[in-house]
Order: sequence, then C-alpha cells, then structure tokens
Amino acid sequence: MGVFAMPSLGADMEAGTLTEWLVKPGDRVARGDIVAVVETQKGAIEIEIFEEGTVSELTAEIGQKLPVGAPLAVVLGEGEAPPQAAPPSDSVPPPVATEPVPAPAAEAPPPPQPEPASRAAGSGPAASPAARVRARELGVDLSGVTGSGPGGAVTLADVEGASGRSPSVPPTRKAGFSTDEMRKAIAAAMARSKQTIPHFYVSETIDIQTATDWLASRNAERPPSGRLLLGALFVRAVALAASRVPVTNGTCVDGVHQPEGTVNVGVAIALRGGGLVAPAVVGAEGLSLEEIMSGMRDLVSRARAGRLRSSEMTAGTITVSSLGEGGAEAMSGVIFPPQVALVGIGSPRTRPWVVGDGISPRTVVTVTLSVDHRVCDGRQAAAFLQHFATLLSAPETL
Amino acid sequence: MTKDDIRSAYLEELVRIAPDIDPGSVGDDDHIQDDLELDSMDILNFVTALHERFGIDIPEADYPRIATIRLGTALIAERMA
Repeated sequence: MGVFAMPSLGADMEAGTLTEWLVKPGDRVARGDIVAVVETQKGAIEIEIFEEGTVSELTAEIGQKLPVGAPLAVVLGEGEAPPQAAPPSDSVPPPVATEPVPAPAAEAPPPPQPEPASRAAGSGPAASPAARVRARELGVDLSGVTGSGPGGAVTLADVEGASGRSPSVPPTRKAGFSTDEMRKAIAAAMARSKQTIPHFYVSETIDIQTATDWLASRNAERPPSGRLLLGALFVRAVALAASRVPVTNGTCVDGVHQPEGTVNVGVAIALRGGGLVAPAVVGAEGLSLEEIMSGMRDLVSRARAGRLRSSEMTAGTITVSSLGEGGAEAMSGVIFPPQVALVGIGSPRTRPWVVGDGISPRTVVTVTLSVDHRVCDGRQAAAFLQHFATLLSAPETL
Repeated sequence: MTKDDIRSAYLEELVRIAPDIDPGSVGDDDHIQDDLELDSMDILNFVTALHERFGIDIPEADYPRIATIRLGTALIAERMA
C-alpha cells in the first residue's frame, strides 16, 4: 500500500491547495497518470502519481490547503486489501511510524512536516468547489451570497448570479496564479539560492550568424508548424554541452553533487503580469531539434493555460533563461536550487566582428554560465561555453 | 469574410494562444510583443494558428505585419483576396 502525498513541486513550495481530483476510489492508476490538480504559488499544476495500483481512498478534500508530504490518497498494490481503520478524511493525521500499517513503498514521499495539517480553504459559507473557484475569478465574496444548493450551499449559478455575470459566459481559463504569491515563491527560492549556493559566472560572446542563417533558410521552406526557434537550438546545445561537462548537470544536496544520467533542461518562461516558471524538457540530450522544439512549444502553451505537470516542475537538472529579442545583452542569472548551473542567454545583437582578416556585421549573443563553485571550477565552466559555441557553429549537426 | 469577421477571428486565436489576455482590453494598435508580452514561442504558435485558420502563408519576414489587430487584419484580408 502506498500513501500518495502532496508532492514538493520545487524548492520554494511549502503547501498546495487541492482543486480537482481526476480519479475516484476504485480507479486503477499507473505510473505517470495525472490524478489531481493542485494550485500552488506558481499556478495550477497537474499532479502525477508514481506508483501502480488501485485508488482505495481519497483522504484529502477539494479546497484543502495541505503542506508538502500530507497524505492525499491511499493506493493499494496488486492483491492488497484496504487498511482496517481508514484515516478520517477530515483531519488528516500524519502517518506515525509505530502504527501497524505496512511501511510505505520505497518511493513514498517524505513524512508530513510537523505543522498543523490543514484547514479548508475559504472556511465560511458552504460552497461547491466550482463555486469557490468562480468566486475567486470574479472577485465575489462568498459570505455575501445566498446559497440555493443542498443545506444552503453556494452553487456555481449562485456565484454567477451574484456577480451579475450571465452564466452563459464561459469561464475563462486563467493561469490560476496570484502575482503576490508568485513573487513570494520566487523570493524564497532565489534568497535560498544566493544564501546557500556559492555562485560564480563565466561569459562568452559568440558569433551565431551561421546558426541564424541556417535557421532562416530552413524555416523558409516550412509552414509555421514546422519552423524552429533559435531557443530550441540553444536548449539542444545546452543539453549536449552539459552532457560533456557533467559537473554542470544535476543537483547539489547537502553540498554534494548528485550527477544525473540525463539532461533535463528547465526552460524559464516569463508569465504575463510578472513571475516565471521553469518546467523541464526531459532527456533533452537524446532528443532531436524537432523534438525539443515541440516539447518547448507544449511547455509554453501549458504554462500559459496553467496546466503544467508535477514531474516537469521538479525534473530540471540545468536551466536555460533566454532573454530573446528586445531583451538585454547579457544576464548573470541565479541558479534554481537544488540545481548547479543556469545558462543566461542575452538578446541577439548585430555587432562588428572579426572574421578572418576582416570585420563584418555578425549576429552575436552573450552567454553567461552561472555555476555552483562547490561542484564546478572555472576550467570546467569555460569548457562548457566552448562546447556550446562549437555546437552552435555547426547547427546542421545539432 | 468581412474585415470584422477577420478581426474577431484574429482576436479569438490570440486569446487561445494567451488565455490570460482579456480580449475586451486589446486595442487595435496594441503590439503583441511590446504591449501584450507575447514571446517568440507565443508568436510562432499564433502564426501557426492564423496559417491554419485562414490558409494563408505568413513567412518569418512578415511577422511584423501581424503585430497588431489593425496590421494583421489588413494582411489577412490582402492574402485572402
């Protein structure tokens, strides 16, 4: 038996609010299935499960704000019987090791933090989950709404009626994050990074004219759906450079580097209204340029719609932050903990450049690698940039 | 298809790409990059959507010509004519 618990979706997450169950007791689940949606400071995230079995019980209720590690559901493996005394669904006690329940599976998340479990979000008048969500979207105070549902509970229609909005207006799919909460999450992660990770930085301005020319002629022959962005070349080159300089890839836990076999490139995506998320393209060193491009397209679309998945939020082993057209020339970025490196790519510029014996206008970009000095030294960091530049000088081989 | 039809289709696709934009707040001369903060991936997704909806060719060199509702509506009308 496994206890499915509130996952940590990043170094900066302490708690999340359960907003949707996508499974019910009796459902079979497999590794990687999306089972719930949790609202975090970084927006709504789809939560995947990493065990197989049958959902025996949902112990958390929609609307509850739960700390990382709090149990959400009980999942039974093949042939297992449900526990004799199921935990009450409203008070969610942390599982105690001395209880006569089978030990959690090896992959079970850490036990809950010793803080008071939770209180239902928006305690006050009874209201359906959909009504609560809509009330938040519309800025309606639930306590001022007369409920027409069972026991006087406020329903979706009541909220829409109270707001003066016609129920026929389809609810707009918001990214589901509050700018204030997002700022707090970024503040926590970045302060922790700068307080615990001894950063150093190496930079190089590289000629990417060959890459932009190659890209333009390649894209000219293709419909928009088949076009590549320069950003995809950067992500591919970062993945290959990181696999050649493994000390730039992985995480650092308690001062010790944990190398990773694959390179999962976190892609920093700026959100309108402020804030950013950095979901990962997983296994980027083994993907073609086209596959990386379609992975990035998918991540950006889902970041906008507030539909990123839990695994993508935590999988990153190195992050790319690309300023894009119209941005600044260079950026020395802050490493996303517990990762060990971040590649800051400035906005491409046309500059006079020495080519052979002459000077000609070329498109150049300044790349800055921020690295954790506990695991990596200057020579290795410089080698990373050298690989990156060489890879981009032969884009057809990427 | 009238210019009004094209305008509302343009806006519909824009909001599909960037669901956090309120279509009522977008002015005819708002720039999708500078004012609406679309990034290069959003713009490519938007161009892809316009290409598929109207069946018109929008090469990379023409991206500036769809940068506002006013510009985009004119370009689409021209290409469809």
